[in-house]
Amino acid sequence: MPKRRIGVFVCHCGRNIAGTVNIEKLVAALEKNPRVAYVTDYKYMCSDPGQKLLEDAIREKKLDAVVIAACSPSMHEDTFRKAGVRAGINPYLVEIANIREQVSWVHDDMERATEKAIRVTETVVEKVWGDEPLQDIEVGVVKRALVVGGGIAGMQAALDIADAGYEVVLVEKSPTIGGHMAQLSETFPTLDCSQCILTPKMVAVSRHPNIRLLTNSEVVDVEGYVGNFKVKIKKRPRYVDPDVCNLCGECERVCPAYAPNEFDRDLNVRKAIYIPFPQAIPAAYVIDPDVCLSFRSFKGALSGKPIICGRCSEVCEAKAINYDEGVEIEEVEVGAIIIATGYDLYGKENIGEYGYGKYENVIDSLQFERMLSSTGPTGGKIVRPSDGKVPKRVAFIQCCGSRDEQHLPYCSKICCMYTAKHAMMYRERVPDGEAYVFYIDIRAGGKGYEEFVKRVQEEFEVKYVRGRVSKLYEEGGKVRVHAADTLLGKPIKMDFDLVVLAMGIVPSPIDELAGALRIQRDSYGFLKEVHPKLRPVESATTGIFIAGAAHGPKDIPDTVAQASAAASKALGILTQEKLQHEPVVCTVDEDVCAACHVCESVCPYGAITVGEVAEVNEVLCEGCGTCVAACPTGAASLRNYRNDQIIAMIRAALRAGGGER
Amino acid sequence: MTWEPRIVAILCRWCAYAGADLAGVSRLKYPPNVIPIRVPCSGRVDPQFILEAFENGADGVLIGGCHIPSDCHYVAGNFKAMKRIAMVRKMLEVAGIEPERVRLEWISASEGEKFARVVREFTETLRDLGPLEREVKR
Repeated sequence: MPKRRIGVFVCHCGRNIAGTVNIEKLVAALEKNPRVAYVTDYKYMCSDPGQKLLEDAIREKKLDAVVIAACSPSMHEDTFRKAGVRAGINPYLVEIANIREQVSWVHDDMERATEKAIRVTETVVEKVWGDEPLQDIEVGVVKRALVVGGGIAGMQAALDIADAGYEVVLVEKSPTIGGHMAQLSETFPTLDCSQCILTPKMVAVSRHPNIRLLTNSEVVDVEGYVGNFKVKIKKRPRYVDPDVCNLCGECERVCPAYAPNEFDRDLNVRKAIYIPFPQAIPAAYVIDPDVCLSFRSFKGALSGKPIICGRCSEVCEAKAINYDEGVEIEEVEVGAIIIATGYDLYGKENIGEYGYGKYENVIDSLQFERMLSSTGPTGGKIVRPSDGKVPKRVAFIQCCGSRDEQHLPYCSKICCMYTAKHAMMYRERVPDGEAYVFYIDIRAGGKGYEEFVKRVQEEFEVKYVRGRVSKLYEEGGKVRVHAADTLLGKPIKMDFDLVVLAMGIVPSPIDELAGALRIQRDSYGFLKEVHPKLRPVESATTGIFIAGAAHGPKDIPDTVAQASAAASKALGILTQEKLQHEPVVCTVDEDVCAACHVCESVCPYGAITVGEVAEVNEVLCEGCGTCVAACPTGAASLRNYRNDQIIAMIRAALRAGGGER
Repeated sequence: MTWEPRIVAILCRWCAYAGADLAGVSRLKYPPNVIPIRVPCSGRVDPQFILEAFENGADGVLIGGCHIPSDCHYVAGNFKAMKRIAMVRKMLEVAGIEPERVRLEWISASEGEKFARVVREFTETLRDLGPLEREVKR
């Protein structure tokens, strides 16, 4: 009693198959196969009449499964599955035997090609014999997105989704959105003022009715799957109600506690109650509990009420300050997640040959950027941190950490361009000053980038020296730089008033977040995409997308492009009523499973949880079958790629000629 | 009829199988000794499949997957395959079967040329090794 009534349809593909494979012989062999109920052949199976022939035969011969011996499944599997469905059979009972790309096109000997075509078709007959009819798995979609990170990438992604009419929860770790872009003075190569193009976007984010902004907050846990994520967000207290604070600044004036100003890269100080920068969003003060005397005096012992200071609260006319505010955990449901957690600079303190960041007049690129900014610590004046004098000779050192096996083996991509910009800005503001750039290679790939660097070299007379700096140290109030000019083949020893290190880019610390999301990272800690070329914004977990420098060093245009790409991918999910998920997923035989956890440990998607027995979340499972091959008891199985099926296929592949059994 | 080596090729659908398709599209010729079986991932390849193939008359087994480290469509199935196949080779050696009869290759969807070359080479290797002796000699 056969399980299935299988029909085999052999395609000639004109002469493509029939020219090398003896169709008559193939059909005759298949007729002898006891699993095959009906065989026929046709010139072009994929043509309209070919598909009609298939549909009619399914109905007339009462077939419930078919094999099309034709071209590769990547060509027409979908075509024939749809034809099968039209004739009333399950799409997963339509299989393709590839006798074109992997038989007729690669062999010349007709006899042997025909024999191989028989073997190939019979292996697929074995597969479909064991195939089960499957239904696509349907899941509902929560029509809301989560964006993690409020830099330019996160803001762009959030705005794109919100503009399309969907809700967005935007979570930012720090007290304001804006990210690193807010710290920049001008942007290369057009020299747009960074704040001028960024702050309107920040305002748009804060005013958008579809965006809920959670600053001072972090994602601590994520459960669920595409369309249905449950996200736990930890909201740290701000101690100032942003809706009430009117930015009068009285609190800041009376606050007696100081801390290094991280927004200005520690080039100056801020108070314990502060606003990160004038255009910060939310536009409100925030208390840093690590610095505030009131909180420090307690160390969390009591409720946090100030017994020592409390001056800010006393002077706040708006009554915006509340020391009792505590940590809140909020749970939100979302259908898609975009991770845009951005980057940090590799620390100067990591590089011994550059003095471990201990020389005052050796600063990093973001510090220089703050100096250039008119809202920065120097009001846009370039000065030496040690004595406030204008430096007359400045060295810009590229590839600090980057492209160095000892530090960061990769290229940080943006440093060549921002260094050129820095040197240009310096020469513009200090016309009698000399600028030297020490570089390994200039990488200026991008619209107008090469031209920009040329301009800096020629018009602004910045001296580019090809060679790595071997060491630097303070000498007589200057910084002495030892390098090699590899073009002249000469060692260089020069004194500079100021040295700017183009520090490499590293991902922001995201260990916990990546762990909570179960997404992959590369060996440097950057988020990993599914496919570097064809699926560049998707993580391996369906429904989680990546954007910006968290994925790898990137400049602003690339970041914005990627953010919009991630948003459109997320919208592709949010706009669906139901999501279809391939039903070719793993299953577990509860009677056999020994709950040994091996499957759980090999699953790349976290789709398996083990209680009494292993359980597969069908929506998370992508159907790779790694767990099946690892399962020591044989409890795990992959639908329509079961062990018994594949073994039957192997046997059919090795069966001796002509369909005899 | 002269003896011809028989090869079962278990190919992951994303890379190796697509590479084999490209060999066809490029009309590259290789010996018809290989019968392909398409699986989702090289990580799906159970060591048992290889043993079954030998038991049922194969002279060689080719496993094709995506390039390491990062081409695998399913993140790291290729690494799982690499470990498992190393183990199978050791087992075969103990059983007196030449481990060269199992070949693991990373073949991307763009490497039709490599697929054809691998099949050519492997067929030659197996010709040199001769038919797999299935009877235990006492």
